Parts: sequence; C-alpha cells; structure tokens
Amino acid sequence: MNLLLSVLEQGLIYAILALGVYITFKILDFPDMSVDSSFPLGAAVTALMIQAGFSPLLTLPVSLIAGAIAGALTGVIHVKLKVRDLLSGIIVMTALYSVNLHIAGRANVQLFAFDTIFKNSLISSLPPAVQPYAPVIILAIAAIAVKLLLDAYLATRSGFLLRATGDNATLVATLAKDSGMVKILGLSIANALVALSGCIMCQYQRYFDISMGTGTLVLAVASVIVGTQLARGFRFLGATTAVVLGSILYKGCVALALSMGLSPFDLKLVTAVLLLVIIVAGSQNRKKVKRHA
Amino acid sequence: MLELRNIVKIYQGGTVNETCLFNDFNLTIPDRQFVCIVGSNGSGKTSLLNIICGSIPIDEGSIYVGGSNITRMPEHKRHRRIGRVYQDPARGTCPSMTILENMSMADNKGLPFNLMPCVNRKKTEEYREMLAQLGLGLEDKMGVMVGNLSGGQRQAMALLMSTMTPIEFLILDEHTAALDPKTAEIIMELTGKIVAQKKLTTVMVTHNLRYAVEYGDRLLMMHQGHLELDLSGEARKGLKVEHLLEKFNAISIECGN
Repeated sequence: MNLLLSVLEQGLIYAILALGVYITFKILDFPDMSVDSSFPLGAAVTALMIQAGFSPLLTLPVSLIAGAIAGALTGVIHVKLKVRDLLSGIIVMTALYSVNLHIAGRANVQLFAFDTIFKNSLISSLPPAVQPYAPVIILAIAAIAVKLLLDAYLATRSGFLLRATGDNATLVATLAKDSGMVKILGLSIANALVALSGCIMCQYQRYFDISMGTGTLVLAVASVIVGTQLARGFRFLGATTAVVLGSILYKGCVALALSMGLSPFDLKLVTAVLLLVIIVAGSQNRKKVKRHA
Repeated sequence: MLELRNIVKIYQGGTVNETCLFNDFNLTIPDRQFVCIVGSNGSGKTSLLNIICGSIPIDEGSIYVGGSNITRMPEHKRHRRIGRVYQDPARGTCPSMTILENMSMADNKGLPFNLMPCVNRKKTEEYREMLAQLGLGLEDKMGVMVGNLSGGQRQAMALLMSTMTPIEFLILDEHTAALDPKTAEIIMELTGKIVAQKKLTTVMVTHNLRYAVEYGDRLLMMHQGHLELDLSGEARKGLKVEHLLEKFNAISIECGN
C-alpha cells in the first residue's frame, strides 16, 4: 500500500515533467537535453526560497519562470545562433549545472525543518485519517491542472502553431509566422513545466541535490513513449492523459524492478534499460501490425 | 507589381564547384498576371520562386513589390501577401492534424496567433462547402488526420489552404507534378478557378507543357539562369505544345544532351 502510494505520488510529480518533455520530444521533435538541468534548476530555486522563508506556494510560479528562461535560452542558442538542437541543449545543461550550484549555495540542501506545500499548518489541521493521502491529492490536483492547461493551450492559435512547427515548419512559414520564435516559445513552456516538476520534487523529498537531474530526460522520454503506446492501444485516451498515465506506469515498473531485489544503486540502470525495452518492444509491435495489415 | 532587379545568385560560392545560376537576372511581373514557367532541370525555375519568397538569399540585386524593396524581408514576413504550394504534397499540410484543424489554421493566417481558440466551430460548414467543391469527398472527413489522405487530396487541401485568406501572390512550384493525370487535372482546374476568382498575381512552374500553354497569360522558358522565351499577349496566342517542345529540344541539343 505504501509502495503503491509512493509510486502514485512520484509518478504524478514526474507526470508534470513528462508533459513538459512531451512538448519538446513529441510535438516539436526536439531532443532537449537541457531538461537534465532545468529539473534541478526548479529544485534549486525552491531550496533557496524556502530557506529564505518565502511561502512554499510562491516557489511554484518562480520555478516556472526560471525554467521558462532556461528553455528560452536553449531556443535562442538553437534558432538565433544556429547551433544544432542536441548541442544547444547540452550547452545549456552544462552551464545550468554551475548556475544551480550558485542558486542553491551547496550541492546538498536539506529542507526538513521548513514548511513545504506538503507539510504546513493547513495539512496538519486535516483529520489524521486523511493526512497520509494529502500529498497524493495535492499532486493529483497539480498534475491534472497542468494537463488541462496544456490541453487548453494546444487548442489555441498559438498552440496550433506549436503543433504545426513540429509537424511541418514549411507550412508555418507560409502562414507568415516565424517557426524559430515558435520553437523558442515551445522550449520555454516545456522547461517551465520541467522546472515546476523539479520544484515539487524538491519539496516532496525535502532536500535538494545537485545530481537529482541526472537521467531526467530518459525518465521523461520513457513516460512519453509509454504514454503514446497507451494512447495507441486505447484510442479514447487523449495524448496528454496518456502521458500522465505513462509516467505513473513507468514509475511503477521501475519500483517493481527495484522491489524484486535490485539495490537503489541500480535505479538509473533500471530506468535506462526499461526505456530501451519499451522502445524495442514498441518498434517490434509496429512491425507486427504492418505484417498483419 | 513584382520586380526582380539585377539578381545575382551563386551556388557554392568560393569553392571549386562554384556555379553562377543567375547573373544580372531581371523580371517584372505586373499585377494580376498569371505567369507559367517551363524549363529543364537546373534551369533555375525553383530557385527563382525561392528568391521571390525569400527562402534562399541572393548575392546581389533587389526585389521590389509594389515599389517597395523587400530584398531584406525574411521569408515568413513576405508570406503575409504570398500563398505557396509545393511540389511535395506533404509540405502544404500538417499530417498529424485533422482536416478541420488544418483548415482552421490556414483560415487564421494574418491574425495574431495568440491564446484565442483556433478552431471556430461556426465555420465548419463553410470549410465543408469549400472542400465539397473539390469533389474528392473530403467534406465528410473533417476529423481525419491529413497524414492519412492521398497525395492528391493533400495537394488539393494545400491549394485551398494557401488561398483561403486574402493574398496578392500565388506561387506554385510544380504543384501537379506528384499527382496522377486525373487528379492533376482537377487541381489545375481548381487553380485556374481560384486565380480568376481572387484576381491573384500567379507564378506557376510546371513541367507539363500543355498546362503552360492552356493556363495563364504569359509564358517563360528558362535555360541556365536566363529567359529563353518570354511570350505574352499576341505573341502567345496560337502557341502550341509542339512549338514549345521544338524549342525545348533545340536548347537541349545545344547543351549536348
């Protein structure tokens, strides 16, 4: 039960991350490596603010903005300075590592003594029977809110342009719009969500660690791929809902693998190998479908 | 009026493979003229279109529209007044969006792409009527992903989409070349209708000499970056495909092909 709850909680936190990466990886078709550093960026900003006594709620919008700036930077490097997509992400990722250290002040920051969005007077005033479920409720609300906002955005003119840019940048130019600006905007929104996820993760585990971003992209991409596979199997699922479910499912798979006797040292190994398995299984599946058709 | 003045375009400049495509190229297209361009591969037809649209930079010269210099204007800004259809049907539509979504997006050209909803349900009927006149059965597939349509269907949509909003210029880059003869005919008839209806200044590149003779009111034949033929008005009347073919062969023989 506890395991299930923690899978659900972490899955929902990573769902926000996965929704961000869904924008770059799936919609824009942009391999954005900067995610590995914009996730801890949100966490570093949060650690700094909580220590300084700001309201934990205020960390959410500030992390969003910090992530948006980081994403825009990747976009500007790629679009305006014409650096290849992968490289511009790596440049920002590496640069942000130092920035994160500067923001947090140290490689590790513990926040056990401070209030967070999960631990405050409001939550402790809830009946004791509800309290253990408070985090999962908060996280579900957050993840669903982000999902709904993203859905709403993707239905706007600006959202359409974002989808078109990943699909067919030529068309965007013939619609008299600058696809470069759309890319910058998309990266900005994506990394804002990634940093928000990092902010929430930091408050959830109540510490910041400079290495907490390692493997973030792999995790997120795995969730997105699991999600898109789900959406292919269950047509009624919208893409964003599928990504949220994919994230929870993927977290569940990793937890299952670890509970079968693997040590926590193997976490990243399991994360990466599972992604490989999913990708290969997915492409095998598609081949089969083609043969039957 | 569209004017290309003293255009110089060099490919792979500064290398041993340097080739000068255009050297002091001039062309003036008056408003509402329908220009057909024919010519062999590598004669500079598509480069000419790309230069007009700003898709490729030029080395020297200037481009004027209605008297104002647009040489430095980026591609996407020029497209405010230009509609363009490419040879590849995949380039004019978004495959992972539905017909309705594609049509809505095209309909919003010229408006700010802000946080307003993109699809206006009230206009669905209007789109349906536009699609119905194609006679390809697209009007009943509004919710279908465009990626699932055939090349001809996509090209028909691309043509509709590029001319939905008020534009002045229509640029057609061998837009029937990838289609079967019957669909090509449908698309070409639709093109003629739209151009006449919207009074567009049109530049069409084609390899189909019959279309070049039948459509438009000026014919250009290009060869190695210059105009081999420029026929309009009286000179163009009575022009037959055979005449063009003869000229074509004469040029090719000169080249040793």
